[in-house]
Amino acid sequence: MMIVDRRPNPQGKSLPNRQRFLARVKAQVRRAVADSIDRRRVSDVGADEEVKVRVAGTGEPSFRQAGGADGDYVLPGTGTLNRGDRIPKPQGGGGGRGREGADSGGGEDAFEFTLTREEFLDCFFEELELPRLTRTEIGEAILSKPRRAGYSISGQPTALDVRRTMRNSLARRVALRRPDGDELAAAQQEVEDAVAAGDDSRLAAARTALDLVLRRIARIPFIDPLDVRYARHERVPLPAQDAVMFCLMDVSGSMTEHMKGLAKRFFMLLHLFLERKYERVHVVFIRHTERAQEVDEDTFFRSRETGGTVVSSALTEMLRVQSERFPPSAFNIYVAQASDGDNLHADIAAVTSLMARILPLVRYFAYVETGQGEEERFGIARGLESNLWGTYRAISEGGAPQLAMRRLSELRDVWGVFADLFRKDPLGATP
Amino acid sequence: MTLLFEGAEWDFAKLDATFRACEEIAVGELGLSVYPSQIEVITSEQMLDAYCSVGMPLMYRHWSFGKRFARDELLYRAGMQNLAYEIVINSNPCIAYLMEENTMTMQALVIAHACFGHGHFFRNNHLFRQWTDADGILDYLAFARRFVAECEDRHGLAEVERILDAAHALQGQGVHRYLRRKWRLSDEEQRARERQKYEDESYNPLWSTVPGNAPPASGNSTVNEARAVLNLPEENLLYLCEKHSPRLRGWERELVRIVRVLAQYFYPQMQTKLSNEGCATAVHYAIMTRLHESGQIGNGSYLEFLASHTAVTRQPTLADANFSGWNPYALGFAVMRDIERICTEPDEEDARWFPAFAGNNDPWGTLRGAWAEYRDESLLRQFLGPKVMRAYRMVNLMDRAADPALVVTEIHDDSGFRRIRSLLADQYDPSRATPLIEATDVDLAGDRSLKLTYSSRHKQRLHDASAKATLAQLQVLWGHKVTLQEIDAESGRVLGEMRAEG
Repeated sequence: MMIVDRRPNPQGKSLPNRQRFLARVKAQVRRAVADSIDRRRVSDVGADEEVKVRVAGTGEPSFRQAGGADGDYVLPGTGTLNRGDRIPKPQGGGGGRGREGADSGGGEDAFEFTLTREEFLDCFFEELELPRLTRTEIGEAILSKPRRAGYSISGQPTALDVRRTMRNSLARRVALRRPDGDELAAAQQEVEDAVAAGDDSRLAAARTALDLVLRRIARIPFIDPLDVRYARHERVPLPAQDAVMFCLMDVSGSMTEHMKGLAKRFFMLLHLFLERKYERVHVVFIRHTERAQEVDEDTFFRSRETGGTVVSSALTEMLRVQSERFPPSAFNIYVAQASDGDNLHADIAAVTSLMARILPLVRYFAYVETGQGEEERFGIARGLESNLWGTYRAISEGGAPQLAMRRLSELRDVWGVFADLFRKDPLGATP
Repeated sequence: MTLLFEGAEWDFAKLDATFRACEEIAVGELGLSVYPSQIEVITSEQMLDAYCSVGMPLMYRHWSFGKRFARDELLYRAGMQNLAYEIVINSNPCIAYLMEENTMTMQALVIAHACFGHGHFFRNNHLFRQWTDADGILDYLAFARRFVAECEDRHGLAEVERILDAAHALQGQGVHRYLRRKWRLSDEEQRARERQKYEDESYNPLWSTVPGNAPPASGNSTVNEARAVLNLPEENLLYLCEKHSPRLRGWERELVRIVRVLAQYFYPQMQTKLSNEGCATAVHYAIMTRLHESGQIGNGSYLEFLASHTAVTRQPTLADANFSGWNPYALGFAVMRDIERICTEPDEEDARWFPAFAGNNDPWGTLRGAWAEYRDESLLRQFLGPKVMRAYRMVNLMDRAADPALVVTEIHDDSGFRRIRSLLADQYDPSRATPLIEATDVDLAGDRSLKLTYSSRHKQRLHDASAKATLAQLQVLWGHKVTLQEIDAESGRVLGEMRAEG
């Protein structure tokens, strides 16, 4: 009898099975994830919360008999039943009871399960990426990662490749005819036999032979330093993909709570996305009314402010930060801007000229215009193009493939607009 | 004698001592013979893992196991489902899992139940001896897992899944019900490798550019020709696909074979649930009682054992809200205890019913015989006595489709015993649980379509949607059209026809 303690074994043995299962129900998982994002409050997006996924259609078919046929069932009774007693059939059971009853019906195989946060985010940002992220410059901090590259004759003891080493050793031993255990045993046996036979000349010959075998064994080592091989790794440099994302948000008085909620939610998604997918993306938060300032993450998402709207202030601030810290030769530059579209009429010219400077610098400029939701649903505001939208549309039509524009008016659309803007094929993202 | 343990805490020394004490009773007094045991202590998460891969310690990877895990985990966390206290694997050495959460009393119970009860049954029951290879199963599972992983690497996940899904759907039809030859699982890996090697060596790209043969004019293939060539009718559909499917590639055949081998391996377990659990429960009851009598476990532990033993062997009546059919532990245990009683203290009724062994004073010899030679259905037919039928107040309910009510036709009285026993045994007949579906014809000269026939008994029909979905899976394996005909076994009348869907 043997007792084995399996508890320290690696956990999560069924993880690969789970991944296969998740891949199978991907569509349903994604829908649940999108739903859950819409239900959450701004501050909760990405928070530690379980997402329940209800899946169906993962049934495993098999040939089985339908219920409802004739049958006899011997069951544990109550002691009060007598021949001829009639018991109404259970509702919906389709006739069969007991063992058979449990099997009939139930073809639908729906159940709920819970996603971990990791799985949730993975699924969430799968198939999204920053468009046109290209290798900009192999900077001073060169990233590299090790890669297997054959074998070498020197290396660290931990990298010793036993298989290779033993293979060489065996080949050398065979080539040099190092006597193996059988040969040694045979020679020794011969000496013993000769001693037993009392034949002196045979003994002398046997002794010489044994001596030769022993000397060969001593001369030819089992493992020679020549045999030893180490696994070799070489470091391959990785191209640096330094990127910076500027988040510009309008927080002026014309932005209603609803609009701010939309914008914040959008940026939260963006922030979560960047944090998750890119280790080396810098994020700069800029909010503006008629003045713009760079703020930290917390202020950006949580604090309130009101005032007028001058969009060019944000663009100026962005350019200032960019020229100070993020040269376009070293960084992929991205901009995401959210606004209700209101802007001072006098500001249009400034915006246009600033955009003319900004657009050549950036890989992608995503503009999200938040709407009032209700108004649009009832068609009140339809057809009216906002000031900023018009400005950007003119720029875009003048040939600016980096500029993408989307309208966003309902909470439930946040994820759709976001996914649309950052879909893997950047060409599809430009209107 | 001194106590083996006190209190709820367990450690490895106590497990060891308890195992030895149990072994002494099981082998020395009860005359059981078991494979060497390997006890593995695991966490609840590992238990869930093991659960979801059909109780096997290593299994190939498939999404359905992940699905089971996701579902069971939620049920378990919500407290709606308890984990089993143990899982035991029919292998040599016999592997038994103990959960770390169990108290020492529970560990002792599990050792007695799994290592000696199930262990004895696995080693001695004729079905297991014929159908399973306890020495080879662990190596075979390791091979299966490796092979599936290799196929995933070579051919992609989707391709492998397509075949496994299809084969899983036909698991119930992947069994030879009648013995052909004993499996030697150790040969399986060798065979698979040779098949792969042959494929690799004989691959000739030239053939892939040769246009396929033009379909011959649809001749009238006679059933007899197909029968002769393909050895029809064939009830093992997975076997048919593995050997004769026109479309499968070599590695795909091997995947089908893996599923088939495992289905066959589990086949005896489905037929012996009642006797196996009855055996294990009777053994653990005997061992624990002996341990208590000889002063090796204290009164407190014994009470704890009795409490969980009673819970396990509870059988609600049909009027109970919790009723969900027969509890195999309860019925099995009752039958075994009854045999024991008949051997030692028979009354006049027992002498009439069981003249062969009533009063022979060899209860364990009789039980060992029952465990070795029978399966559930025949065990009930031979050993279910009037005492047990009375104790459970067994009644037979007749269910007729036309009648809105169930009618009591037999009760536990002198005129009803034999009929009840026979009907209950019928209920455990495996041919009632799995529909009999055979491949009866292949259109060899024409479109190679495969025809299945379902022989319906008692006007049982197939569950329509699921049968159509299963046909679609079979079509994946066969590669050509598959149709199924439902035929009434008694009259030969055709009840319906269906083809693949979904």
